[in-house]
Amino acid sequence: MSHDPPPQRSEDLSPPPPEDLSPQRSGDPAPPEHPEDLPLTPAARRRNRAVAMIVLVTVWVLLWGTLSWANVLGGLVVGMVVLTVFPLPPVTFAGRLHPLPLLRFTLRFLRDLVVASVQIAALALRFGHPPLGAIIAVPLRVRSDLNLTLTAEALSLVPGSLIVEVDRDAGILYVHILGVRDRAEVEQFRRGVLELEARLIEAIGSAQELRLVREHTPPALEGTSR
Amino acid sequence: MSVDAVLDVVAAVCLLGGALLSLAAGVALVRFPDLLSRMHAAAKPQVLGLLLVLLGCALRLRTGVDVTTLVLVGAFQLATAPVAAHMIGRAGYPHDRIRTDLLITDELAAHLDRLHADRRA
Repeated sequence: MSHDPPPQRSEDLSPPPPEDLSPQRSGDPAPPEHPEDLPLTPAARRRNRAVAMIVLVTVWVLLWGTLSWANVLGGLVVGMVVLTVFPLPPVTFAGRLHPLPLLRFTLRFLRDLVVASVQIAALALRFGHPPLGAIIAVPLRVRSDLNLTLTAEALSLVPGSLIVEVDRDAGILYVHILGVRDRAEVEQFRRGVLELEARLIEAIGSAQELRLVREHTPPALEGTSR
Repeated sequence: MSVDAVLDVVAAVCLLGGALLSLAAGVALVRFPDLLSRMHAAAKPQVLGLLLVLLGCALRLRTGVDVTTLVLVGAFQLATAPVAAHMIGRAGYPHDRIRTDLLITDELAAHLDRLHADRRA
């Protein structure tokens, strides 16, 4: 998805979708607690729709396989219908794409994916004790929906980790890790999750999110967080 | 060797590698001890295996129309596989599908206990 965000800057982060998807929360009337849970300004809403539209048109053109005016116009029509008929909860993309960190994130992600696959394959074929695991809670520094989602997705595809549960209000990911031997390795994984988040924010975050991540670098990985 | 032949060889390597990884994912699904570790197997080697098969197909087909479709297949696989694994893991978690004796620490259990206590209060 290679789209440049429109020039106007909107500093609001993630507005919540109308309904809370977390099942455990269904009982309590959780009031919005975060400063980012503010209603969207019209400019931010237009920006959201523009980003969604660009993504939909890109998918449409890729489906047809050739870039032509007919396909682009057809994609615009279909995109408009989709956005009108199925209005999604707003996913705010408040940042902008940074090409170099994005490349770094992608390369590291691909490397991790290969390592993860080989590791699981090796574990599967190994005889002996079943591999040990752990479930850890990792509070993320940037609580926007987009960051939670992308971090969770990337995390599930890199070695050892898998998302079990997400506490959206508190911005906490519950991660199952496989193939650890002791507490120290568990803590190492915890730092790994935060490093992944930092790489992601470096790639697509806004200036505000970047500041948040850089100010709260865990002490043990000072200087290695990129 | 011509360029075509080289591409064919690379495509064959990708297809075979992808098939092997998918096989490993299948073996892992059978051999792993509990639901959560099986989800690891479903999420990772399988995704990379599929990506390699797609890459092999793209190298063999070499036409724009087919390649864009393959790109979409790969993108949606990357986007949906972790979600599927997450949903299954979440559905299985509160029940006894998890071997807790294999967990070094479980910080989610503490969180759930807290929530239940809140709800009762």
